[in-house]
This record gives sequence, C-alpha cells and structure tokens, in this order.
Amino acid sequence: MIALLRRDLALAVRAGGGFGLGLAFFLIVVVLVPFGVGPEAALLTLIAPGILWVAALLAALLSLDRIFALDFEDGSLPLLATSPLPLEGVALIKGIAHWITTGLPLTLAAPALGFLLNLAPSAYVWLFASLALGTPALSMIGTFGAALTVGLRRGGLLMSLLVLPLYVPTLIFGAEAVRRGADGLGAATPLLMLAGITLGSFALLPFAASAALRVNLK
Amino acid sequence: MVLTVSDLAVARGGAPVLEGLSFSVAPGEALVLRGPNGIGKTTLLRTLAGLQPPIAGTVNFPEDTGAYASHADGIKAQLTVTENLAFWADVHGADLVDSVFEAFDLVDLRDRFAGTLSAGQKRRLGLARLGVIGRDVLFLDEPTVSLDGFSVKMFASWLRDTHLALGGIAVIATHIDLGLDAPELDLTPFKAAPDARGGSDEAFL
Repeated sequence: MIALLRRDLALAVRAGGGFGLGLAFFLIVVVLVPFGVGPEAALLTLIAPGILWVAALLAALLSLDRIFALDFEDGSLPLLATSPLPLEGVALIKGIAHWITTGLPLTLAAPALGFLLNLAPSAYVWLFASLALGTPALSMIGTFGAALTVGLRRGGLLMSLLVLPLYVPTLIFGAEAVRRGADGLGAATPLLMLAGITLGSFALLPFAASAALRVNLK
Repeated sequence: MVLTVSDLAVARGGAPVLEGLSFSVAPGEALVLRGPNGIGKTTLLRTLAGLQPPIAGTVNFPEDTGAYASHADGIKAQLTVTENLAFWADVHGADLVDSVFEAFDLVDLRDRFAGTLSAGQKRRLGLARLGVIGRDVLFLDEPTVSLDGFSVKMFASWLRDTHLALGGIAVIATHIDLGLDAPELDLTPFKAAPDARGGSDEAFL
C-alpha cells in the first residue's frame, strides 16, 4: 500500500500531475473575492471564514475526478483489483494521496490567504485547525464519489452533484469553527463534529468506495 | 496447483455470451483460446481473473495466484520503465530482478519515461510486468498486439522457458500462432443461446 501512495504522490508532482491545481484555484478565488466585494474591510472580515471554506471545498472538488479516472483509462485499476492489495486499501490510499496533494497544501496556505480577506486575528488558529481536521473528510468523501462515477464518460458533473450534498456538513461545521474563533467564542464543538465526520468517513467510505469500484469494473 | 473451470457461463453487459465451458489446465501448461471477434474471449478471461462474477459454474485455482493482462497495460507515462516495474513488483511484494529487463529487451530503455516509448515498447513493458509480479496463473488477452515478429518470439520463449517451465499456467486469447506447444480451445461451440437467462445485476446485488 505504501508503494501505491508513493506512486500516486510521484505522479502528482510530475508533469501534468495536477499537484497545485487545487492550490492555484484556492489562491485565485481568495484573491478575486475582495475585488468583487469591494474595499470594505469590515465586510471582508465578516465573510472571510465562509469564503475561505467554500474556496477550499471547491478546490478539493476540482481534482476529484482524477482520483480513479486516470487509473481506469490506462488499465491500472483492473490490475490493482487483481493484485494482493485489498480494494478497500486502494480506496483508502487514494483518499490519503488526494489529501496530501490537495487538502494539506490548502491547509498550510490558508492562514496566509486569510490575511488577504482581513480575517480576524483570533481566527487564524481555528482556520488552520478546522481545515486540518475537515479537509481529510473532503478527500475521502470525494474518493467515494470518484469511485461511483469511475467508468462514466464526463462523469465529473454527476460526481459533483453526488458529492456536494455530502460536503455540506463539513462546510457548515468548518466555517462555523472559524466564525466562532473570529468572535472569540469557543470553537471546540464544531471542531469535534468535524473530527467525527473525518473519522467516520475514513472508517466507512473505503468500504463503500471499493464496493462501487467492483460494480464499475465488472 | 491446477486451474479448473466447470460448467462456466459468462455474461457481458447483462447478456450471456458463453455457457457450458469446462476445462482444466495443469501446471506447466498453457491453453490458447480461439474464436471470432465478439465470441467472449475477453469476458471469459475477465471472469477467470475474478474481475466479474460468472452467471453459472465455478472457477478454481489457488487464491492470490492469478494475474490479468489486457490491451491496456496500466503503464504510467510520467514514470520511467524501471519505476513502472518497481511499482508492480512492490505491490505484489516481489523483487525487481535484472533478468526481466533482458527477457523483454528493455535494458536500453530502463531510464526512459514510459510516455516516450513506442506502442510496441509499451507492450513489452506491460508484458514485463508479468515477469516481475511472480504470479503463477496468467490470463492474457491478446498479449502480442503491436509487437513485431521478433518480440513475439521473445515473449513466447519467455512464456515457454521461464513461466511454464517453472510450473506456471497461462490462458491466452490470441489470433496468431505463438509457437507454443499448447492445446487450443475454440469457443464457438460454447456460444450462449440468445434466450439464455441471467443478467449481471441480480448476480451482484
């Protein structure tokens, strides 16, 4: 399984691998929003938590359809399915690899970009914590969505429709944690909910994803 | 270790294509599948490899000894030849030995990115995967597509002198003569009757 993780990371950073795609999208949205909203600093402070979380979510969504589609197209997926790796393990590793190439850079870059949106100083630590806890769930839920639509031509739209409703709880609790942090309130409850969603996703969705892969490989 | 197939029926897209298939292949033997396009060779190989369930009958061989190779080689263009093979060796917990590069004439291509290989070279790389993963039962779907005559001979001799000589098994769908001393199975008589029942959906759900 480590071999698969290493290969996916190597593929992500090489030419055409898509590493940085999500990060670039995140950057563009966060830079453009102040232009669209106008120069009112107080308003930006108010909407910053929501904007940062929505941008992170859409950035994660952007690269989801590559998770299995590339392996499906070049025939790696059936070969992995007949290898000694359990398909559940393949799904789990794919989710982790997606998080390392998308969620982790977003989490690390978010505090710097919060500055552009005039985020309240007390919220930075909560922004970082909520993204660190929440983005793994985005990757794992997305892996499940990608597994559901792997054989479909242009399955990206369908996958977005399937995945977005599942993203809503993560978004609500993630943005709520940052907002409460900005207002100087305790953000422990939304963070615990985020952690619960992430742990639940990693415990259950690899099995669901591998079942979906088996159907699609038939 | 024997591959035994009894009374097998397979379906593609919910429509039965082959039925009543029974054969067995002993260690060190190969079986060549023949039949016109669309008769169900690929479907049969995928079923044997466990990628789809049969609609009737059984396939028996020791667990975790089978390997499947199709038209798509599972090669990553952004990885070098060595990296591609090392990945599959790692996944199967095997070692990447140098003799594989010689057997498939890849010595000079080791450090080339797979994306820069020709179609035939890619195919050789795809087949070399079979040499590194150490699986005993091979299900090969048109292994010689886009290979030149010399490479076909090379692959056939690897199959005969290395894989089969060590007690391996191979089931091969091919339209050309590999020069193997192997029995042939014509699938035409096993074509499923048009009204044969059985779809894929209820077999899975």
